[in-house]
Amino acid sequence: MLRHVDNVIRRGRWPRALCAVLLTLALSVGGCGSDDDERSSADGGELIVSAAQSLSPAFEAYGSELTAADAQFSFAGSDELAAQIRGGARPDVFAAANTELPDDLFREGLVEKPVLFTSNRLVLAVPGDGDKVRSLEDLTKQGIALAIGAEDVPIGTYTRKVLGGLSASMQKRILANVETEEPNVGGIAAKLTLHAADAGFLYITDVEATNGRLEAIELPDGLQPRVAYGAAIVKGARNREAARSFIDGLLDGAGAEELRDAGFEPPPT
Amino acid sequence: MIRASWFPGALFGALALALTFLALPVVAIFVEATPGELIGSLDDPGVLDALWLSLRTTLTALAIIVVVGTPAAYLLATRRFRGRELVVTLVELPLVLPPAVAGIGLLATLGPGGLAGGALEVAGIRIVYETVAVVIALTFVAAPFFLRSAQAALESVDRTWLEASRTLGCSEARTFLRVAIPAAAPGMLAGLALAWGRALGEFGATLIFAGSFRGRTQTAPLAIYERLGTDFTASLALSAVLVGASAALLLSVKLVGGLRAADAAR
Repeated sequence: MLRHVDNVIRRGRWPRALCAVLLTLALSVGGCGSDDDERSSADGGELIVSAAQSLSPAFEAYGSELTAADAQFSFAGSDELAAQIRGGARPDVFAAANTELPDDLFREGLVEKPVLFTSNRLVLAVPGDGDKVRSLEDLTKQGIALAIGAEDVPIGTYTRKVLGGLSASMQKRILANVETEEPNVGGIAAKLTLHAADAGFLYITDVEATNGRLEAIELPDGLQPRVAYGAAIVKGARNREAARSFIDGLLDGAGAEELRDAGFEPPPT
Repeated sequence: MIRASWFPGALFGALALALTFLALPVVAIFVEATPGELIGSLDDPGVLDALWLSLRTTLTALAIIVVVGTPAAYLLATRRFRGRELVVTLVELPLVLPPAVAGIGLLATLGPGGLAGGALEVAGIRIVYETVAVVIALTFVAAPFFLRSAQAALESVDRTWLEASRTLGCSEARTFLRVAIPAAAPGMLAGLALAWGRALGEFGATLIFAGSFRGRTQTAPLAIYERLGTDFTASLALSAVLVGASAALLLSVKLVGGLRAADAAR
Protein backbone atom coordinates (compact mmCIF):
# COMPACT_ATOMS: atom_id res chain seq x y z
CA MET A 1 0.00 0.00 0.00
CA LEU A 2 2.73 2.36 1.00
CA ARG A 3 4.55 1.51 -2.14
CA HIS A 4 1.63 2.74 -4.20
CA VAL A 5 1.68 6.02 -2.38
CA ASP A 6 5.43 6.18 -3.02
CA ASN A 7 4.81 5.64 -6.71
CA VAL A 8 2.17 8.29 -6.93
CA ILE A 9 4.47 10.76 -5.27
CA ARG A 10 7.41 9.76 -7.42
CA ARG A 11 5.45 10.09 -10.63
CA GLY A 12 4.88 13.67 -9.68
CA ARG A 13 1.13 13.65 -9.71
CA TRP A 14 0.83 14.93 -6.19
CA PRO A 15 3.66 17.21 -5.30
CA ARG A 16 1.94 20.51 -5.77
CA ALA A 17 -1.25 19.57 -3.94
CA LEU A 18 0.76 17.86 -1.22
CA CYS A 19 3.01 20.85 -0.72
CA ALA A 20 0.01 23.12 -0.44
CA VAL A 21 -1.64 20.86 2.15
CA LEU A 22 1.54 20.47 4.20
CA LEU A 23 2.22 24.17 4.13
CA THR A 24 -1.30 25.00 5.27
CA LEU A 25 -1.05 22.48 8.09
CA ALA A 26 2.36 23.77 9.16
CA LEU A 27 1.11 27.32 9.26
CA SER A 28 -1.99 26.39 11.25
CA VAL A 29 0.08 24.42 13.80
CA GLY A 30 2.52 27.26 14.12
CA GLY A 31 -0.33 29.63 14.76
CA CYS A 32 -1.57 27.70 17.79
CA GLY A 33 1.28 28.81 19.98
CA SER A 34 1.12 32.46 19.15
CA ASP A 35 -0.52 35.00 21.41
CA ASP A 36 -2.76 36.45 18.76
CA ASP A 37 -4.48 33.11 18.20
CA GLU A 38 -8.04 33.75 17.13
CA ARG A 39 -9.58 31.35 19.61
CA SER A 40 -8.11 33.14 22.60
CA SER A 41 -10.18 36.20 21.83
CA ALA A 42 -11.48 36.08 25.43
CA ASP A 43 -10.07 38.94 27.53
CA GLY A 44 -7.67 36.88 29.62
CA GLY A 45 -6.05 35.02 26.72
CA GLU A 46 -4.99 31.39 26.98
CA LEU A 47 -4.71 29.50 30.27
CA ILE A 48 -2.78 26.24 30.32
CA VAL A 49 -3.69 23.81 33.09
CA SER A 50 -1.72 20.63 33.83
CA ALA A 51 -4.05 18.47 35.89
CA ALA A 52 -4.26 14.98 37.33
CA GLN A 53 -6.24 12.75 35.03
CA SER A 54 -8.91 12.10 37.66
CA LEU A 55 -9.85 15.78 37.45
CA SER A 56 -10.63 15.68 33.74
CA PRO A 57 -14.49 15.49 33.78
CA ALA A 58 -14.85 18.25 36.38
CA PHE A 59 -12.20 20.49 34.83
CA GLU A 60 -13.50 20.09 31.28
CA ALA A 61 -16.92 21.23 32.48
CA TYR A 62 -15.42 24.08 34.49
CA GLY A 63 -13.26 25.12 31.55
CA SER A 64 -16.20 25.39 29.18
CA GLU A 65 -17.88 27.82 31.59
CA LEU A 66 -14.84 30.05 31.95
CA THR A 67 -15.26 33.33 30.16
CA ALA A 68 -12.22 35.10 31.55
CA ALA A 69 -9.74 32.92 29.67
CA ASP A 70 -9.55 30.12 27.13
CA ALA A 71 -8.52 27.14 29.27
CA GLN A 72 -6.40 24.41 27.65
CA PHE A 73 -5.96 21.21 29.66
CA SER A 74 -3.23 18.63 29.75
CA PHE A 75 -4.38 15.58 31.72
CA ALA A 76 -1.98 12.84 32.79
CA GLY A 77 -0.63 11.13 35.89
CA SER A 78 0.33 13.79 38.46
CA ASP A 79 3.90 12.49 38.70
CA GLU A 80 4.33 12.72 34.95
CA LEU A 81 3.06 16.32 34.92
CA ALA A 82 5.43 17.19 37.77
CA ALA A 83 8.27 15.66 35.79
CA GLN A 84 7.33 17.82 32.81
CA ILE A 85 7.46 20.95 34.99
CA ARG A 86 10.85 19.88 36.38
CA GLY A 87 11.93 19.36 32.79
CA GLY A 88 11.08 22.95 31.91
CA ALA A 89 7.40 22.87 30.91
CA ARG A 90 5.57 26.00 32.07
CA PRO A 91 1.83 25.56 32.31
CA ASP A 92 -0.04 28.24 34.25
CA VAL A 93 -1.65 25.91 36.80
CA PHE A 94 -0.56 22.56 38.21
CA ALA A 95 -3.31 20.52 39.91
CA ALA A 96 -2.29 17.17 41.41
CA ALA A 97 -4.13 14.23 42.95
CA ASN A 98 -2.10 14.63 46.13
CA THR A 99 -0.43 17.35 48.16
CA GLU A 100 3.11 15.93 48.13
CA LEU A 101 3.88 16.72 44.48
CA PRO A 102 2.81 20.41 44.59
CA ASP A 103 4.61 20.75 47.95
CA ASP A 104 7.78 19.25 46.45
CA LEU A 105 7.63 21.60 43.46
CA PHE A 106 7.01 24.53 45.84
CA ARG A 107 10.14 23.60 47.83
CA GLU A 108 12.07 23.39 44.57
CA GLY A 109 10.92 26.90 43.71
CA LEU A 110 8.99 25.82 40.63
CA VAL A 111 5.46 26.71 41.76
CA GLU A 112 3.89 29.24 44.11
CA LYS A 113 2.41 28.19 47.44
CA PRO A 114 -0.07 25.33 46.80
CA VAL A 115 -3.64 25.28 48.13
CA LEU A 116 -5.86 22.31 48.99
CA PHE A 117 -8.91 22.57 46.77
CA THR A 118 -10.79 19.27 46.93
CA SER A 119 -10.68 15.73 48.15
CA ASN A 120 -11.64 12.36 46.78
CA ARG A 121 -12.38 8.85 47.97
CA LEU A 122 -10.79 5.59 46.95
CA VAL A 123 -13.11 2.78 45.94
CA LEU A 124 -12.83 -0.72 44.59
CA ALA A 125 -14.03 -0.47 40.99
CA VAL A 126 -15.48 -3.39 39.03
CA PRO A 127 -17.07 -3.70 35.57
CA GLY A 128 -20.80 -2.89 35.76
CA ASP A 129 -21.77 -6.31 34.39
CA GLY A 130 -19.09 -8.28 36.19
CA ASP A 131 -19.83 -10.54 39.13
CA LYS A 132 -16.42 -11.90 40.06
CA VAL A 133 -15.65 -9.30 42.71
CA ARG A 134 -18.22 -8.01 45.21
CA SER A 135 -16.00 -7.19 48.18
CA LEU A 136 -12.39 -6.64 49.25
CA GLU A 137 -12.28 -10.27 50.40
CA ASP A 138 -13.02 -11.44 46.85
CA LEU A 139 -9.71 -9.94 45.76
CA THR A 140 -7.89 -12.73 47.57
CA LYS A 141 -9.49 -15.42 45.38
CA GLN A 142 -7.23 -17.12 42.93
CA GLY A 143 -7.65 -16.17 39.28
CA ILE A 144 -8.86 -12.61 39.91
CA ALA A 145 -7.13 -10.08 37.67
CA LEU A 146 -6.46 -6.85 39.58
CA ALA A 147 -5.27 -3.60 37.95
CA ILE A 148 -3.68 -0.99 40.20
CA GLY A 149 -1.72 2.24 39.73
CA ALA A 150 2.07 2.18 39.49
CA GLU A 151 3.88 2.86 42.74
CA ASP A 152 4.88 6.42 41.92
CA VAL A 153 1.59 7.77 40.65
CA PRO A 154 -0.79 9.00 43.43
CA ILE A 155 -3.52 6.40 42.79
CA GLY A 156 -0.87 3.69 43.18
CA THR A 157 0.47 5.19 46.41
CA TYR A 158 -3.04 5.41 47.93
CA THR A 159 -3.82 1.86 46.83
CA ARG A 160 -0.74 0.57 48.61
CA LYS A 161 -1.82 2.49 51.74
CA VAL A 162 -5.21 0.76 51.64
CA LEU A 163 -3.60 -2.65 51.18
CA GLY A 164 -1.14 -1.83 53.97
CA GLY A 165 -4.11 -1.63 56.36
CA LEU A 166 -5.07 -5.25 55.71
CA SER A 167 -3.68 -8.32 57.41
CA ALA A 168 -0.35 -9.50 56.05
CA SER A 169 -1.72 -12.72 54.61
CA MET A 170 -4.65 -10.98 52.91
CA GLN A 171 -2.33 -8.33 51.52
CA LYS A 172 -0.02 -10.98 50.12
CA ARG A 173 -2.82 -12.86 48.41
CA ILE A 174 -4.24 -9.66 46.90
CA LEU A 175 -0.84 -8.52 45.63
CA ALA A 176 -0.43 -11.92 43.98
CA ASN A 177 -3.49 -11.06 41.87
CA VAL A 178 -2.09 -7.73 40.67
CA GLU A 179 -1.64 -8.19 36.92
CA THR A 180 -0.72 -4.71 35.81
CA GLU A 181 0.57 -1.46 37.28
CA GLU A 182 -0.88 1.30 35.13
CA PRO A 183 0.69 4.76 34.71
CA ASN A 184 -2.57 6.64 35.41
CA VAL A 185 -6.23 6.19 36.37
CA GLY A 186 -7.25 6.15 32.70
CA GLY A 187 -5.25 2.96 32.19
CA ILE A 188 -6.97 1.23 35.10
CA ALA A 189 -10.45 2.33 33.98
CA ALA A 190 -9.71 1.18 30.41
CA LYS A 191 -8.60 -2.27 31.58
CA LEU A 192 -11.85 -2.59 33.54
CA THR A 193 -14.19 -1.35 30.82
CA LEU A 194 -12.50 -3.67 28.31
CA HIS A 195 -12.99 -6.55 30.78
CA ALA A 196 -9.26 -7.17 30.79
CA ALA A 197 -9.31 -6.82 34.58
CA ASP A 198 -11.90 -7.94 37.17
CA ALA A 199 -11.26 -5.17 39.67
CA GLY A 200 -9.10 -2.12 40.30
CA PHE A 201 -8.66 0.68 42.78
CA LEU A 202 -9.92 4.02 41.47
CA TYR A 203 -11.29 7.28 42.79
CA ILE A 204 -15.07 7.43 43.19
CA THR A 205 -15.12 10.25 40.63
CA ASP A 206 -13.53 8.01 37.98
CA VAL A 207 -16.27 5.46 38.48
CA GLU A 208 -19.02 8.08 38.33
CA ALA A 209 -17.60 9.44 35.09
CA THR A 210 -18.18 6.11 33.32
CA ASN A 211 -21.99 6.41 33.48
CA GLY A 212 -22.56 2.94 34.82
CA ARG A 213 -19.97 1.03 32.86
CA LEU A 214 -18.07 0.67 36.12
CA GLU A 215 -19.43 0.13 39.62
CA ALA A 216 -17.93 1.26 42.90
CA ILE A 217 -17.56 -0.87 46.01
CA GLU A 218 -16.95 1.33 49.04
CA LEU A 219 -13.95 0.68 51.27
CA PRO A 220 -14.30 0.44 55.07
CA ASP A 221 -13.74 3.84 56.72
CA GLY A 222 -10.74 2.57 58.61
CA LEU A 223 -8.92 1.81 55.36
CA GLN A 224 -9.82 5.02 53.52
CA PRO A 225 -6.68 7.12 52.91
CA ARG A 226 -6.71 10.90 52.97
CA VAL A 227 -6.93 11.89 49.31
CA ALA A 228 -6.47 15.65 49.11
CA TYR A 229 -5.81 17.53 45.88
CA GLY A 230 -3.37 20.43 45.78
CA ALA A 231 -3.10 23.11 43.09
CA ALA A 232 -0.57 25.84 42.54
CA ILE A 233 0.29 28.62 40.11
CA VAL A 234 3.43 27.69 38.22
CA LYS A 235 6.28 30.19 38.60
CA GLY A 236 6.80 32.02 35.36
CA ALA A 237 3.19 31.41 34.32
CA ARG A 238 2.35 33.44 31.23
CA ASN A 239 -1.14 34.13 32.44
CA ARG A 240 -0.81 34.49 36.21
CA GLU A 241 -4.00 36.45 36.66
CA ALA A 242 -6.18 33.88 34.91
CA ALA A 243 -4.39 31.14 36.86
CA ARG A 244 -5.23 32.89 40.12
CA SER A 245 -8.91 33.23 39.26
CA PHE A 246 -9.02 29.63 37.99
CA ILE A 247 -7.81 28.37 41.38
CA ASP A 248 -10.13 30.77 43.25
CA GLY A 249 -13.05 29.34 41.29
CA LEU A 250 -12.06 25.85 42.39
CA LEU A 251 -12.24 26.87 46.05
CA ASP A 252 -15.50 28.75 45.83
CA GLY A 253 -17.39 29.19 42.58
CA ALA A 254 -18.12 27.44 39.31
CA GLY A 255 -15.14 25.13 39.70
CA ALA A 256 -16.16 24.03 43.18
CA GLU A 257 -19.63 23.31 41.85
CA GLU A 258 -18.36 21.19 38.96
CA LEU A 259 -16.12 19.27 41.32
CA ARG A 260 -19.09 18.55 43.57
CA ASP A 261 -21.17 17.42 40.59
CA ALA A 262 -18.41 15.04 39.55
CA GLY A 263 -18.42 13.42 42.99
CA PHE A 264 -15.52 15.24 44.61
CA GLU A 265 -15.77 16.29 48.23
CA PRO A 266 -14.84 19.58 49.88
CA PRO A 267 -11.18 19.93 50.82
CA PRO A 268 -10.22 18.58 54.24
CA THR A 269 -10.08 21.31 56.87
CA MET B 1 27.53 33.81 -10.34
CA ILE B 2 25.49 34.82 -7.31
CA ARG B 3 22.32 33.60 -8.99
CA ALA B 4 23.84 30.19 -9.54
CA SER B 5 25.06 29.71 -5.99
CA TRP B 6 21.94 30.26 -3.90
CA PHE B 7 20.43 26.87 -4.61
CA PRO B 8 23.24 24.65 -3.26
CA GLY B 9 23.38 27.01 -0.30
CA ALA B 10 19.68 26.46 0.34
CA LEU B 11 20.20 22.70 0.10
CA PHE B 12 22.98 22.80 2.67
CA GLY B 13 20.86 25.00 4.91
CA ALA B 14 17.95 22.55 4.75
CA LEU B 15 20.21 19.62 5.55
CA ALA B 16 21.81 21.47 8.47
CA LEU B 17 18.36 22.31 9.81
CA ALA B 18 17.14 18.72 9.45
CA LEU B 19 20.29 17.32 11.05
CA THR B 20 20.14 19.67 14.04
CA PHE B 21 16.46 19.02 14.56
CA LEU B 22 16.77 15.25 14.35
CA ALA B 23 20.06 14.73 16.16
CA LEU B 24 19.86 17.22 19.02
CA PRO B 25 17.20 15.41 21.09
CA VAL B 26 19.22 12.21 20.84
CA VAL B 27 22.42 13.98 21.90
CA ALA B 28 20.56 15.67 24.77
CA ILE B 29 19.80 12.29 26.36
CA PHE B 30 23.51 11.74 26.86
CA VAL B 31 24.21 15.30 27.98
CA GLU B 32 21.44 15.45 30.61
CA ALA B 33 23.19 13.03 32.97
CA THR B 34 26.86 12.11 33.40
CA PRO B 35 28.00 8.73 32.05
CA GLY B 36 28.67 7.67 35.66
CA GLU B 37 25.08 8.43 36.67
CA LEU B 38 23.75 6.59 33.64
CA ILE B 39 25.79 3.48 34.33
CA GLY B 40 24.93 3.73 38.03
CA SER B 41 21.18 3.59 37.33
CA LEU B 42 21.62 0.49 35.23
CA ASP B 43 22.40 -1.31 38.51
CA ASP B 44 18.76 -0.99 39.51
CA PRO B 45 17.24 -4.50 39.28
CA GLY B 46 14.01 -3.06 37.83
CA VAL B 47 15.94 -1.47 34.97
CA LEU B 48 17.85 -4.65 34.25
CA ASP B 49 14.61 -6.67 34.39
CA ALA B 50 13.09 -4.37 31.79
CA LEU B 51 16.08 -4.61 29.45
CA TRP B 52 16.28 -8.38 29.80
CA LEU B 53 12.54 -8.69 29.14
CA SER B 54 12.83 -6.44 26.08
CA LEU B 55 15.67 -8.56 24.73
CA ARG B 56 13.83 -11.85 25.28
CA THR B 57 10.49 -10.72 23.91
CA THR B 58 11.87 -8.96 20.84
CA LEU B 59 14.03 -11.97 19.90
CA THR B 60 11.10 -14.36 20.32
CA ALA B 61 8.90 -12.11 18.20
CA LEU B 62 11.62 -11.92 15.53
CA ALA B 63 11.94 -15.72 15.45
CA ILE B 64 8.19 -16.07 14.89
CA ILE B 65 8.24 -13.33 12.24
CA VAL B 66 11.06 -15.00 10.31
CA VAL B 67 9.69 -18.55 10.49
CA VAL B 68 6.16 -17.62 9.42
CA GLY B 69 6.95 -14.47 7.48
CA THR B 70 9.56 -15.82 5.08
CA PRO B 71 7.38 -18.47 3.39
CA ALA B 72 4.42 -16.06 3.41
CA ALA B 73 6.53 -13.37 1.74
CA TYR B 74 7.80 -15.95 -0.78
CA LEU B 75 4.26 -16.80 -1.78
CA LEU B 76 3.39 -13.13 -2.20
CA ALA B 77 6.59 -12.55 -4.16
CA THR B 78 6.30 -15.46 -6.59
CA ARG B 79 2.59 -16.09 -7.14
CA ARG B 80 -0.06 -13.94 -8.76
CA PHE B 81 -3.57 -14.60 -7.53
CA ARG B 82 -6.87 -12.82 -7.20
CA GLY B 83 -7.05 -10.58 -4.19
CA ARG B 84 -3.27 -10.45 -3.84
CA GLU B 85 -3.27 -6.66 -3.61
CA LEU B 86 -5.83 -6.85 -0.85
CA VAL B 87 -3.73 -9.39 1.05
CA VAL B 88 -0.63 -7.22 0.69
CA THR B 89 -2.55 -4.19 1.94
CA LEU B 90 -3.91 -6.06 4.96
CA VAL B 91 -0.44 -7.35 5.81
CA GLU B 92 0.96 -3.83 5.65
CA LEU B 93 -1.87 -2.24 7.63
CA PRO B 94 -0.20 -2.46 11.06
CA LEU B 95 2.56 -0.19 9.66
CA VAL B 96 0.21 2.77 9.65
CA LEU B 97 -2.04 1.74 12.54
CA PRO B 98 -1.66 3.77 15.75
CA PRO B 99 -0.14 1.44 18.39
CA ALA B 100 -3.01 2.12 20.79
CA VAL B 101 -5.43 0.87 18.13
CA ALA B 102 -3.32 -2.26 17.73
CA GLY B 103 -3.51 -2.83 21.49
CA ILE B 104 -7.27 -2.42 21.61
CA GLY B 105 -7.65 -4.70 18.57
CA LEU B 106 -5.55 -7.41 20.18
CA LEU B 107 -7.52 -7.10 23.41
CA ALA B 108 -10.77 -7.35 21.45
CA THR B 109 -9.46 -10.51 19.82
CA LEU B 110 -7.54 -12.37 22.51
CA GLY B 111 -8.73 -10.63 25.68
CA PRO B 112 -11.12 -12.26 28.18
CA GLY B 113 -14.17 -10.64 26.53
CA GLY B 114 -12.73 -10.80 23.01
CA LEU B 115 -13.56 -12.82 19.90
CA ALA B 116 -11.39 -15.76 20.86
CA GLY B 117 -11.64 -15.09 24.61
CA GLY B 118 -14.24 -17.77 25.28
CA ALA B 119 -12.36 -20.48 23.42
CA LEU B 120 -9.12 -19.55 25.15
CA GLU B 121 -10.79 -19.64 28.56
CA VAL B 122 -12.21 -23.09 27.89
CA ALA B 123 -8.74 -24.25 26.91
CA GLY B 124 -7.38 -22.72 30.11
CA ILE B 125 -5.06 -20.36 28.22
CA ARG B 126 -4.56 -16.87 29.55
CA ILE B 127 -2.72 -14.37 27.38
CA VAL B 128 -3.35 -10.84 28.64
CA TYR B 129 -0.83 -9.79 31.35
CA GLU B 130 1.51 -12.64 30.48
CA THR B 131 4.86 -12.26 28.75
CA VAL B 132 3.35 -13.99 25.73
CA ALA B 133 1.04 -10.97 25.32
CA VAL B 134 4.11 -8.77 24.92
CA VAL B 135 5.46 -11.14 22.25
CA ILE B 136 2.12 -11.07 20.43
CA ALA B 137 1.95 -7.27 20.52
CA LEU B 138 5.54 -6.96 19.25
CA THR B 139 4.96 -9.52 16.51
CA PHE B 140 1.84 -7.68 15.38
CA VAL B 141 3.47 -4.27 15.04
CA ALA B 142 6.88 -5.42 13.77
CA ALA B 143 5.95 -8.19 11.31
CA PRO B 144 5.00 -5.89 8.40
CA PHE B 145 8.47 -4.35 8.40
CA PHE B 146 10.00 -7.75 7.72
CA LEU B 147 7.24 -8.94 5.39
CA ARG B 148 7.56 -5.88 3.16
CA SER B 149 11.33 -6.12 2.85
CA ALA B 150 11.34 -9.89 2.48
CA GLN B 151 8.70 -9.74 -0.24
CA ALA B 152 10.62 -7.07 -2.16
CA ALA B 153 13.91 -8.96 -1.75
CA LEU B 154 12.39 -12.25 -2.89
CA GLU B 155 10.67 -10.54 -5.81
CA SER B 156 13.99 -9.20 -7.05
CA VAL B 157 15.62 -12.64 -7.11
CA ASP B 158 16.28 -13.49 -10.76
CA ARG B 159 13.48 -15.81 -11.86
CA THR B 160 15.80 -17.71 -14.20
CA TRP B 161 17.79 -18.93 -11.18
CA LEU B 162 14.68 -20.41 -9.63
CA GLU B 163 13.70 -22.01 -12.95
CA ALA B 164 17.23 -23.37 -13.44
CA SER B 165 17.16 -24.88 -9.99
CA ARG B 166 13.87 -26.62 -10.72
CA THR B 167 15.02 -27.80 -14.16
CA LEU B 168 18.07 -29.32 -12.48
CA GLY B 169 15.74 -31.45 -10.39
CA CYS B 170 15.46 -29.47 -7.16
CA SER B 171 12.09 -29.60 -5.46
CA GLU B 172 10.24 -26.34 -4.96
CA ALA B 173 10.96 -26.44 -1.23
CA ARG B 174 14.67 -26.97 -1.88
CA THR B 175 14.70 -24.15 -4.41
CA PHE B 176 13.11 -21.87 -1.82
CA LEU B 177 15.60 -22.81 0.90
CA ARG B 178 18.82 -23.11 -1.11
CA VAL B 179 18.39 -20.58 -3.91
CA ALA B 180 15.76 -17.95 -3.14
CA ILE B 181 16.57 -17.32 0.53
CA PRO B 182 20.37 -16.98 0.14
CA ALA B 183 19.90 -14.66 -2.82
CA ALA B 184 17.41 -12.49 -0.92
CA ALA B 185 19.21 -12.67 2.43
CA PRO B 186 20.63 -9.12 2.52
CA GLY B 187 17.25 -7.51 1.89
CA MET B 188 15.60 -9.82 4.39
CA LEU B 189 18.21 -9.00 7.04
CA ALA B 190 17.65 -5.29 6.54
CA GLY B 191 13.91 -5.84 7.04
CA LEU B 192 14.64 -7.90 10.12
CA ALA B 193 16.74 -5.12 11.65
CA LEU B 194 13.95 -2.60 11.04
CA ALA B 195 11.43 -4.99 12.59
CA TRP B 196 13.69 -5.37 15.61
CA GLY B 197 14.00 -1.63 16.00
CA ARG B 198 10.23 -1.22 15.85
CA ALA B 199 9.73 -4.02 18.38
CA LEU B 200 12.30 -2.56 20.81
CA GLY B 201 10.50 0.76 20.80
CA GLU B 202 6.96 -0.63 21.06
CA PHE B 203 4.94 1.13 23.78
CA GLY B 204 1.22 1.66 23.24
CA ALA B 205 0.10 -1.76 22.08
CA THR B 206 2.11 -3.44 24.83
CA LEU B 207 0.69 -1.20 27.59
CA ILE B 208 -2.89 -1.74 26.47
CA PHE B 209 -2.72 -5.42 25.62
CA ALA B 210 -0.15 -6.77 28.07
CA GLY B 211 -0.25 -4.21 30.87
CA SER B 212 2.80 -3.14 32.81
CA PHE B 213 4.23 -5.51 35.41
CA ARG B 214 7.86 -5.57 36.44
CA GLY B 215 9.71 -8.59 35.12
CA ARG B 216 6.67 -9.97 33.32
CA THR B 217 5.30 -7.39 30.89
CA GLN B 218 7.18 -4.18 31.65
CA THR B 219 9.53 -3.75 28.70
CA ALA B 220 12.19 -1.03 28.54
CA PRO B 221 9.93 1.65 26.98
CA LEU B 222 7.25 1.02 29.66
CA ALA B 223 9.89 1.21 32.39
CA ILE B 224 11.09 4.53 30.97
CA TYR B 225 7.56 5.88 31.19
CA GLU B 226 6.98 4.58 34.72
CA ARG B 227 10.19 6.11 36.05
CA LEU B 228 9.76 9.46 34.35
CA GLY B 229 8.19 11.01 37.42
CA THR B 230 10.42 9.69 40.16
CA ASP B 231 13.70 8.46 38.78
CA PHE B 232 14.50 10.61 35.79
CA THR B 233 18.11 9.42 35.66
CA ALA B 234 17.00 5.80 35.35
CA SER B 235 14.65 6.85 32.53
CA LEU B 236 17.58 8.53 30.81
CA ALA B 237 19.83 5.51 31.33
CA LEU B 238 17.26 3.19 29.78
CA SER B 239 16.74 5.67 26.95
CA ALA B 240 20.48 5.76 26.34
CA VAL B 241 20.63 1.98 26.09
CA LEU B 242 17.74 1.98 23.60
CA VAL B 243 19.39 4.73 21.55
CA GLY B 244 22.58 2.65 21.46
CA ALA B 245 20.74 -0.51 20.45
CA SER B 246 18.72 1.26 17.76
CA ALA B 247 21.82 2.97 16.36
CA ALA B 248 23.63 -0.37 16.25
CA LEU B 249 20.69 -1.92 14.39
CA LEU B 250 20.57 0.89 11.87
CA LEU B 251 24.32 0.69 11.36
CA SER B 252 24.11 -3.04 10.74
CA VAL B 253 21.46 -2.40 8.08
CA LYS B 254 23.84 0.02 6.38
CA LEU B 255 26.69 -2.48 6.62
CA VAL B 256 24.57 -5.24 5.10
CA GLY B 257 23.58 -2.80 2.37
CA GLY B 258 27.25 -1.94 1.83
CA LEU B 259 28.23 -5.59 1.53
CA ARG B 260 25.48 -6.15 -0.99
CA ALA B 261 26.70 -3.20 -3.05
CA ALA B 262 30.25 -4.58 -2.87
CA ASP B 263 28.98 -8.00 -3.97
CA ALA B 264 27.18 -6.47 -6.90
CA ALA B 265 30.29 -4.55 -7.94
CA ARG B 266 32.42 -7.66 -7.90
